[in-house]
Amino acid sequence: MKNSMIFLALMFFSLRAASAAPPKDTCLACHSALEGDSAKPAMEFEGDVHHQAGLSCADCHGGDPNDESMNAMSRAKGFRGAPKKNQTPDFCARCHSDAAYMHRFNPKMRVDQLSQYLTSVHGKRLKQGDSKVAACVDCHGVHNILPASDTRSPVHPTNVAATCAHCHSDPVYMKAYRIPTDQAARYRRSVHAEMLAQGDMSSPTCSTCHGNHGATPPGITSVASVCGTCHVFFAQLYEKSPHQAAFAKLGLPGCVQCHSNHEIVRPTDAWVGSAPQSVCITCHAAGDKGYTTAQAMSADLTHLGSSLTRAQEVLNVAERAGMEVSDAKVQLTDANEALVKARVNIHTFDEAPVRKLTDEGVEIAGKSYQAGVAALRERDFRRKGLGIALLAIVLAISGLYLKIRQMESGKL
Amino acid sequence: MATLYRKTLNWLDERFGTGSVEEFLRHKTVPVNRHMLWYYLGGMTLFLFIIQVLTGILLLLYYRPTPNDAFESVQYIMTQVRFGWLIRSVHSWSANLMIFTAFMHMFSVYFLKAYRKPRELTWISGMLLLFILLGFGFSGYLLPWNTLAFFATKVGTEMAGSVPGVGKWLLVFLRGGQEVTGATLTRFFGFHVAVLPGLATLLLAIHLLLVQRLGMSVPPSVERAIAEGRTSPRSMPFFPNFLLRDMIGWYAALGVLGGLAAIFPWELGAKADAFAAAPAGIRPEWYFLFMFQTLKYLPAKILFLEGEFAGILGFGAAAAVWVLVPFLDRRAGFGRVTRFFTGLGIFVLGYIVVLSALALR
Amino acid sequence: METTDLTPRGSVQPGRRWVNLLLGSGVVASIVSFIYPAMRYIIPPPVAESASRFVVAAKVGELKNNSGKIFKFGSTPALLVRLVDGSYRAFSAVCTHLSCTVQFRSDLREIWCACHNGLYDLEGRNLSGPPPRPLEVYEVHIQGEDVVVTRTA
Repeated sequence: MKNSMIFLALMFFSLRAASAAPPKDTCLACHSALEGDSAKPAMEFEGDVHHQAGLSCADCHGGDPNDESMNAMSRAKGFRGAPKKNQTPDFCARCHSDAAYMHRFNPKMRVDQLSQYLTSVHGKRLKQGDSKVAACVDCHGVHNILPASDTRSPVHPTNVAATCAHCHSDPVYMKAYRIPTDQAARYRRSVHAEMLAQGDMSSPTCSTCHGNHGATPPGITSVASVCGTCHVFFAQLYEKSPHQAAFAKLGLPGCVQCHSNHEIVRPTDAWVGSAPQSVCITCHAAGDKGYTTAQAMSADLTHLGSSLTRAQEVLNVAERAGMEVSDAKVQLTDANEALVKARVNIHTFDEAPVRKLTDEGVEIAGKSYQAGVAALRERDFRRKGLGIALLAIVLAISGLYLKIRQMESGKL
Repeated sequence: MATLYRKTLNWLDERFGTGSVEEFLRHKTVPVNRHMLWYYLGGMTLFLFIIQVLTGILLLLYYRPTPNDAFESVQYIMTQVRFGWLIRSVHSWSANLMIFTAFMHMFSVYFLKAYRKPRELTWISGMLLLFILLGFGFSGYLLPWNTLAFFATKVGTEMAGSVPGVGKWLLVFLRGGQEVTGATLTRFFGFHVAVLPGLATLLLAIHLLLVQRLGMSVPPSVERAIAEGRTSPRSMPFFPNFLLRDMIGWYAALGVLGGLAAIFPWELGAKADAFAAAPAGIRPEWYFLFMFQTLKYLPAKILFLEGEFAGILGFGAAAAVWVLVPFLDRRAGFGRVTRFFTGLGIFVLGYIVVLSALALR
Repeated sequence: METTDLTPRGSVQPGRRWVNLLLGSGVVASIVSFIYPAMRYIIPPPVAESASRFVVAAKVGELKNNSGKIFKFGSTPALLVRLVDGSYRAFSAVCTHLSCTVQFRSDLREIWCACHNGLYDLEGRNLSGPPPRPLEVYEVHIQGEDVVVTRTA
């Protein structure tokens, strides 16, 4: 049945081909007329980036696109067929690792994907015969490959986490590997996922920290470097702090120890200190130096935080009462800046720099607070002034009224 | 004290001939009837106008009419100049109060048929004054150059552009260009402090002259009652009786203005940014709301006319009829109240109130 | 003969006097409460000019090449930069991340935010770090001895 279908299709297309002039791609032409899975590649290929670049099925699979007969898919014509799983990296790399060839299409495109892949966990395992790991087509698709910059592509930054999760969140699939399968779920709860969803393309996804082709979890010593590529100040301060050496000795994963690796959420001031929700008490206990430092830093942050709130509140009250306090509000942003910097300096794990910044901030917040109080005093002055003026007016009106009555009491 | 006063008047009379004016004022009377309350509205509007002129002149001492400085100068007045907040807030509140009393004055004159012969010109000059007041309101609103003002002006001048025929020219004339820019601000400032005050002074002079010459109108119902002997004609001297009563009203207005300025100071807003998107819910000041809301309800096309065009046409026709009412309501000249015109007045008043309320929802 | 009541009424009755007093004092008091603010208003305040959107940021020659200066523009901080070739640029100095005040780094020849290491180029574009948007750019003109910075409306 299938053969007769192919035959009929061939007949149809050879008739058409007789009158058609443009270059032939009999692979596409024939396969589009088929049904089911045989037609799928041809249907999908329309939007594929290789197709857009002018490549045909034969450019990957070999064979003869001009030949309308089944001979087109013969060994003699160089037909390679569909590669097996462990053959796919080499299959794609035939072109993608050829710098001269690739630069005809996209001069700035990288050509080291295969060499990177071979360093990755996926690449290494594939070489050992594991066919469950990801290879090229598992992430990029097969016949409908889109550039990574296309939002529909499974490797566009906004889609990467879902693509990785396809395997890595499937506990059944991942059973043999005995690694967690909750990374994607945790990541989705993170601030990085949130920012990415809001369109900030600089926010990290799986491949940003793990690499894409050379996907490997960063080792314990290199975690801070990974985070530090974006969070420069924090990494710098941490490296000079007592925690760096201490964590290294204990084999703790640097930033991840307090901030987690996948479920990185917005930290709050409550994380610092000796209260139950703080991260410091995970290791520190009452009596040790770290505990006291934590308490001191927490106190500094709270002090500045409350000064800021106090100033903001009084300024808001003044503003609602109609007073002009925009200058004081602007001044307050400097105090806010001090708080921002103080929070950064927590990562020195030393109270001194934190204290210096919070002291500055408290002073500025104090000035703004005074400005707010002055504005409220002015408001009260205005109300008192109004009261006096109203009194004078009431006096005048009563005078007028009595005058009128008196003048007109005679005539009736 | 009294003789000094007397001596001053004599001195002036010898030079200006003010004696006849003095005589006239001394004998000026105001009719006394149960509609007397409405008589105060004209004087109240005039009083508030004078407040506007005085506070306006004071604001002129510090205001700068360029986009770079306008907002900052108003901010300066509100925060740095002593009692600047008071002068500015009184100016803004009094503007609204004045337009409100002007409308009340106009409607009371309408319903009491005071426009009838021989007061047709008083009515027309009064209507023109009302339009000028609305012009004051519209031009003055832009001057602080804040977001609300900027976009309200944009919308308002855009509507002017839909006037048939002269619309395009009118829009460019008002805006000083195709868009609302610093040129618009300069122009509006010129209108607000020079052109409109000049026109207003002229019309006010005519209006007041006519009122003095013709006296206060007695409503037809009272006239009829007098004619039928049911009541006797009563009047009171303007000086000092009516004036003292006027002053009570004026003092009360001052009290209200002071209270509003101190407790509900006029907002500064944020400086206008032409490139920012218009904030949601932009609308003109309350006295333009009914027109604004009407245009919103009009369909895109009415018969063969574009909706907005038809709306403007409609308002123009209504305004023309309203201004010419003394000539249309012939029978009022004979002291007769035509139900049609009373009904028309109620409809117009109701329309304005209802549509303004809808716009505020 | 009838005794006519000749109680002198006088030109001002006692009751009348009180009313006149009340009226007079009320009017005077109210006038004072209006004139007083007006008088104080007319006298210019200590800060003689309103902060405008037209600011003299520096004098010509004040800034060396490849250096920057923070100045007040309206009520917000702004940054004046003199490039290597002697030309000027001006920006809002409010970082678009968390509103810290940025600064010019002559070593990097970029604009840098000390809070989280945000970087902007000399066109104000956000290059790296957290800032999500570019800095607002102001216009710079030289007028005689002054380097004037304005904000286009």
